[in-house]
Amino acid sequence: MSIIERKYFGQALNRVDGYAKVTGEAKYAAEFNVPELLYGYIINSTITRGEIKSIETETALDIEGVVEIFTYQNRPDTAWLDLKYSDMDAPPGVPFKPLHNNKIRFNGQPIALVVAESFELARYAATLVKFVYEIDLHETELQTNLTSARKPKKGLASILKPGPPKAKGNAEEAFNNALLKASGKFVHGMEHHNPIEMFASTVVYGKDGKLKIYDKTQGAINSQLYVANVFGKAYKNIRVISHFVGGAFGSGLRPQYQLFLAVMASLALKRSVRVSMNRHQMFTFGHRPATVQNTRFSSDKDGMIQSLYHDAAGETSRFEDYSEIVVNWSNMIYPSENVELGYKLVPLDVASPLDMRAPGGVTGLHPIECTIDMLAYEARIDPVKFRLINYSSFDNSSGKPWSSKELKECFRQAAKKFGWEKRNADPRSMTREGKLIGWGMAAGIWEALQLPARAEALLKTDGKLIVSSATADIGTGTYTIMTQIAADCMGMDIADVEFRLGDSDMPVAPIQGGSLTSATIGMAVQTACLGLQTALIKQAKKIKPEQFRGKNREDLEFMGGNLRIRGSSDHALSLPEIVSSTGKKEMICRNTSLPRVLKQRKYNRSAHSAVFVEVEVDEELGLAKVSRMVSAIAAGKIINPKTARSQILGGMVWGISKALHEESIMDHRFGRIINSNLGEYHIPVNADINELEVIFVNEEDTIVNDLQIKGIGEIGMVGVPPAIANAIFHATGRRFYDLPIKLDKIMAEPRMKG
Amino acid sequence: MVPFNYLIAKDADEAVALSIRNIKSKLIAGGTNLIDLMKENVSKPDTVIDINKIDSLSAITELSEGGLRLGALAKNADTAYDNRVQKRYPLLSDAILAGASAQLRNMASNGGNLLQRTRCYYFYDTATPCNKRDPGTGCSARGGYNRIHAILGASESCIAVFPSDMCVALSALDARINIQSTFGCRVIDFRDFHRLPGDSPELDNHLQHGELITSIDLPNESFDLNHSYLKLRDRSSYAFALVSVATAFKIEDGLIMDARLALGGVAHKPWRNTEAEDYMKGKAPNVQTFAEASKINLSDAKGYEHNRFKIELAKRAIIRNCLTAANKNS
Repeated sequence: MSIIERKYFGQALNRVDGYAKVTGEAKYAAEFNVPELLYGYIINSTITRGEIKSIETETALDIEGVVEIFTYQNRPDTAWLDLKYSDMDAPPGVPFKPLHNNKIRFNGQPIALVVAESFELARYAATLVKFVYEIDLHETELQTNLTSARKPKKGLASILKPGPPKAKGNAEEAFNNALLKASGKFVHGMEHHNPIEMFASTVVYGKDGKLKIYDKTQGAINSQLYVANVFGKAYKNIRVISHFVGGAFGSGLRPQYQLFLAVMASLALKRSVRVSMNRHQMFTFGHRPATVQNTRFSSDKDGMIQSLYHDAAGETSRFEDYSEIVVNWSNMIYPSENVELGYKLVPLDVASPLDMRAPGGVTGLHPIECTIDMLAYEARIDPVKFRLINYSSFDNSSGKPWSSKELKECFRQAAKKFGWEKRNADPRSMTREGKLIGWGMAAGIWEALQLPARAEALLKTDGKLIVSSATADIGTGTYTIMTQIAADCMGMDIADVEFRLGDSDMPVAPIQGGSLTSATIGMAVQTACLGLQTALIKQAKKIKPEQFRGKNREDLEFMGGNLRIRGSSDHALSLPEIVSSTGKKEMICRNTSLPRVLKQRKYNRSAHSAVFVEVEVDEELGLAKVSRMVSAIAAGKIINPKTARSQILGGMVWGISKALHEESIMDHRFGRIINSNLGEYHIPVNADINELEVIFVNEEDTIVNDLQIKGIGEIGMVGVPPAIANAIFHATGRRFYDLPIKLDKIMAEPRMKG
Repeated sequence: MVPFNYLIAKDADEAVALSIRNIKSKLIAGGTNLIDLMKENVSKPDTVIDINKIDSLSAITELSEGGLRLGALAKNADTAYDNRVQKRYPLLSDAILAGASAQLRNMASNGGNLLQRTRCYYFYDTATPCNKRDPGTGCSARGGYNRIHAILGASESCIAVFPSDMCVALSALDARINIQSTFGCRVIDFRDFHRLPGDSPELDNHLQHGELITSIDLPNESFDLNHSYLKLRDRSSYAFALVSVATAFKIEDGLIMDARLALGGVAHKPWRNTEAEDYMKGKAPNVQTFAEASKINLSDAKGYEHNRFKIELAKRAIIRNCLTAANKNS
């Protein structure tokens, strides 16, 4: 269908929300002030497992201005059915219910909400509330509890997160008989999202008992459903607004406990209430689960892969089976007849993990791409060449063809830009100014999904188009690219188009995550605009019957804010003119877009990446620096190269973080995370980031969706940690299997010069 | 955070008078550490005395006998970028700029830098035992996660480290601290200001309540030719030192005439070992000399479960940094 001329699609436009964000006009959940607002301060458990035996609140309640202290003992009744606490991203199991009873199930569990006339007062009063616990023994350490690993329970979430495919051939026998082998045990600990904006909910209590809630979320409707279900309210009485999100990275895919507590307090006190978390509390819910993985890959002497074995055990809570796609990737990227993949969970006394940027993918690709590198070295074949030898022209795990796959072109362009041909393959062979130089690379993959969604297109008599959908923009550029798509679709000047999001009153959209928003909402926007066009054409036929009657859609075009006969400026009708002729102030179309599942399901639809990294290693002092990185991305068509580049850069920076810096450190004696602040939870600073280059490789894909877009939220990150680990191997001749690779690991067992 | 009274002192006399009158008070300058500690309920002063209005304490002035006086309220950033400091005490300038972040250095005062408290995880977490925070409750770090902790001078009761970079250079430069109280003024040698934890880790230094640091004096001897500050940490900025080394030499005719060597991130105070310094004097500035000095320096080092690497790292850092200092301007 070539009825849409793409004028803005593919343009590196500035963010349409940029001005509001840099001037402070953009308001976040904790920034909405209403008269007589109350402030809640959350108290968290300091033990990991056990029971609350008694609570002393009198001292705190005696302070003037302290309104109420909610605990499990006095909380209002909420839904009794577990299912009511579920949400769009809930894993199988029973969701955590704040203040439900006296049981403590993880350290940092919210156990009370102090509500006062000011935030400072609530915070102070919270220090005066005393809890007496009965402490039970807890288990929080993955590595010492691997014996209790078991298969994940299945549930609704399993549809988007299928378990590993069945084994084929005989991976063990093939490995034992193979000429060349590589294997490793890979471990990474817990990580937390740590967006700069901390979780907050401002609940505005209406006179009519209706609630307007400003919430930090990646899905306004997800929060709305949760609140309505838990508190037994009609959907129409709960409105959730989240116009701006100061980063989320997956942490906002589920309603967090501050939302429950703020709504509970607001309903009980019939007052407006705000509850915001502090940085420590940002470490008391979802996180990337600690994971232990084993790989055993083998090949023949020519580098043809003979077998793939990959198992993973991830940590989860004792009440929900959070799972990720960790091990499913190797046989998609690399053909093999002998494959065995396994995935298990180890329930521990921790909060439920939660999707964190590239969940599962960035976890699983690290061992996969490192083991491939090891195998390439065994075979004495250049790692790029090794991957080309094992290039899969179809997804070997499902037997499906690719909807498109320009990975080969990613390798070519990124290698060229990087200067890979100058590489001396021998470890420890390259030096600069007394430092070891390492060049490493890795490939990446992430699925390109699309879900159903709704959008509304509203055209006003002043010629302004407002398109809306209840999706989110967590910094990804949703506002901007949807404006581009809508302007193109309607043949309008982009200045006349506005895209709105983040309001549960808007047409239904899924939660923003998993790299599916561009395709999902982009198609919804296009569908709504096409519906609006149909209405406009119908109306045009009424105004100028002699010119428009009998014309098909293909005979007409929307251009320059007009509807006209294709290729002719005669008899053009301006869009405001058409709207005015209806006698109403606006024309509206609400439409649903549905993925073409029957067509899509025949293909593996994925984005691919190739990452090339240079590291400088000062081995004596253990210092590793990523001095250069080139990432080539094949992800269908790129709507906005500027916002897209920023997203890939973010992924690359986070990849550096995951490889070299980032970990939540738990003292397992206490079950507490001890570095729960941004001073000690290390992510890279500007000085750690050097040359980063992004290449978008053009990709035609008529299968994924009409817009040919695949989503790029995760693909920028997945290949980065293994590329860095492989570069460090090339620099030092030593493999580091566990992340992050910190100074003390690199400086250990020195190979001093000479 | 616990409610507190807020008072403003207009001069040094008033600051010490207010301080003495309010036994649970704290002086506040930049507040870059104190406010954190108050928010974490680690520090609970009933009165906070703001000394930022005392103009006389923020100057950097020449000393009549040579040397430089750094006002206690001069900002870390202003000190590091002061022409005289950069030219005559580049080691100090480098050390300051290796610390914290630009924003923190803009706020932090010189006096406050000396008084900042350890960044031991457990000290900040009131849900865990800590002898420094709550004497007698025990040390969580000894049997816990102690990657960032002390390898020198620690005690049964505390293995925390003092976090400053600036102070490592001040220690190496033999600075002196001027202190005022209602009883008058006194001077403490920098090396004697901070203390080892022993049985009372709640005390970081020898400053008494009611005393005010008014300035820091840098002696004439500036070591502006052969000096270097090396900081090893988990990222390039805004991270405390795992190990840091301040080195300064006076080299004449290819021999070390004077040597200063101070370590940061390894003990409850900036670590000076004069035995190692004396060993280097009269010797050629080469790897052998520095290797031996590093051994002497770390001879009493003791590691714990996660920080043993620091012993070897400190040795290598000393050798590397001494070489850098010796080869500077040559």
